[in-house]
Amino acid sequence: MSQANLEIVRISAHPGPTPAVGLKRDLEVAKLIDTTTCIGCKACEVACLEWNGLSFSDTEFQNSYQTMPDTAWNYWNLIRFNEHETEGGNMMLLMRKDQCMHCEEPGCLIACPADGAIVQYANGIVDFNQDACIGCGYCITGCPFNIPKFSPTSRKVFKCTLCSDRVSEGLEPACIKACPTGCLHFGTKEEMKELGESRAKQLRDVSGFAHAGVYDPAGVKGTHVLYVLHDATNPEAYGGLPSNPHVPWTVWLWKRPLKWIGNLAMAGGLIGVFVHYLRFGPKIVEEGKEEPREGKEP
Amino acid sequence: MNLSRRDFLKIGAVGGAGVTVLGFDLAPAYAQMRELKIARATETRSICPYCSVSCGVIIYTLGDKAKNVTPQVVHVEGDPDAPINRGTLCPKGASLHQDILNSRRLTKPQVRRPGSDHWEDISWDTALDEIARKVKTTRDATFVETDAQGKMANRCEGIAFTGGCTDTNEFNFLVVKTMRSLGLCYLENQARV
Repeated sequence: MSQANLEIVRISAHPGPTPAVGLKRDLEVAKLIDTTTCIGCKACEVACLEWNGLSFSDTEFQNSYQTMPDTAWNYWNLIRFNEHETEGGNMMLLMRKDQCMHCEEPGCLIACPADGAIVQYANGIVDFNQDACIGCGYCITGCPFNIPKFSPTSRKVFKCTLCSDRVSEGLEPACIKACPTGCLHFGTKEEMKELGESRAKQLRDVSGFAHAGVYDPAGVKGTHVLYVLHDATNPEAYGGLPSNPHVPWTVWLWKRPLKWIGNLAMAGGLIGVFVHYLRFGPKIVEEGKEEPREGKEP
Repeated sequence: MNLSRRDFLKIGAVGGAGVTVLGFDLAPAYAQMRELKIARATETRSICPYCSVSCGVIIYTLGDKAKNVTPQVVHVEGDPDAPINRGTLCPKGASLHQDILNSRRLTKPQVRRPGSDHWEDISWDTALDEIARKVKTTRDATFVETDAQGKMANRCEGIAFTGGCTDTNEFNFLVVKTMRSLGLCYLENQARV
């Protein structure tokens, strides 16, 4: 296993430093999803299912081309089909490949209380380690994109790994490789951003989509999955893509101020007990005043 | 040994603190936990059998072809060296693994006789013999030696041949030579569609 390629920069609920931060010169990787050239063929869905060997599940027809209503613990990659009415009254079928966004500031990792259950590599991949997962589901609360999904059978949480096994070996993710229209791209974050911007410019200048742009939300300090959208001002139209995603304020409050106030209170309590011991000494029970113990005749 | 409750707690606390300080670390491993499942699998090039595009695929099988291994398909994905698809696949092609391992996949010849309502298994020998017999009978019955104007035609109008997208150049060359020599006019290939 060439884990040498994967330097860990963040570990969930980890006391102390993260090993080897800043040691290596890892490239940040990213997927670029051009929603304007997606035809909704779902090759990426199948490639994901095949590569990860995920179990099959029954699906129901929902009056839509969409495979199922939402991603699942054994279905990490879902094309969302959205019927959208343009200003001119025409119908547009907006298709968005929904999967983990691999945020630079991952809400799941921040919310996770299990040491090592969620890690972030220097190349930007946020990966779940089910061995260390305690199944509390706080990552589900922490995620602004509603991605981690709880498995009732194994009582663990699963999500897209950005094929960390393939990427660490120098391969592209399975979904990217399969895409027959070439709407999915993989490379360094920098180059994907450039490619996305040039495509967005083409959409604005040539194709008449005045608001076309790249989705790389600043609320989570950028993501390692970028979208090119016909209308970057209205990402909600693409199946509920939040226009300003951020780690929920409850998680933020709990993990930042409340955690430290709690730690202070606990340390203060311990110090108080010790000081009390120094000042008053151990509790001395006076002779004859000992209370009778239960189940024992005095 | 007479150990009071207070002494027990003291020893426990000191021992626990000592173990913690001296580095008894129960921290989980943070390393990547997934390995490349096809790292040493045998790679075999093939062609997707579905549509006429003829995408190149790589079939990954268990083992390194050692004598004692019975290979089984573990994964299929696009062949990046195939000029047609350069590694990409459609959803049907991406699920080829399931097609190969499907319990309903046909692995031997079957025939449905005229008027019959079911398929019956036949051996390869029987199948080839029957096909050869039918080719001969049909060709003899439908061979046109001269056309309406009395010109020499020497064509067989009763048979058509169709190939599939997985046929190679060499196979197609042999098909054309064989079928033209029988006098066939109707040569078709799915990959032309």
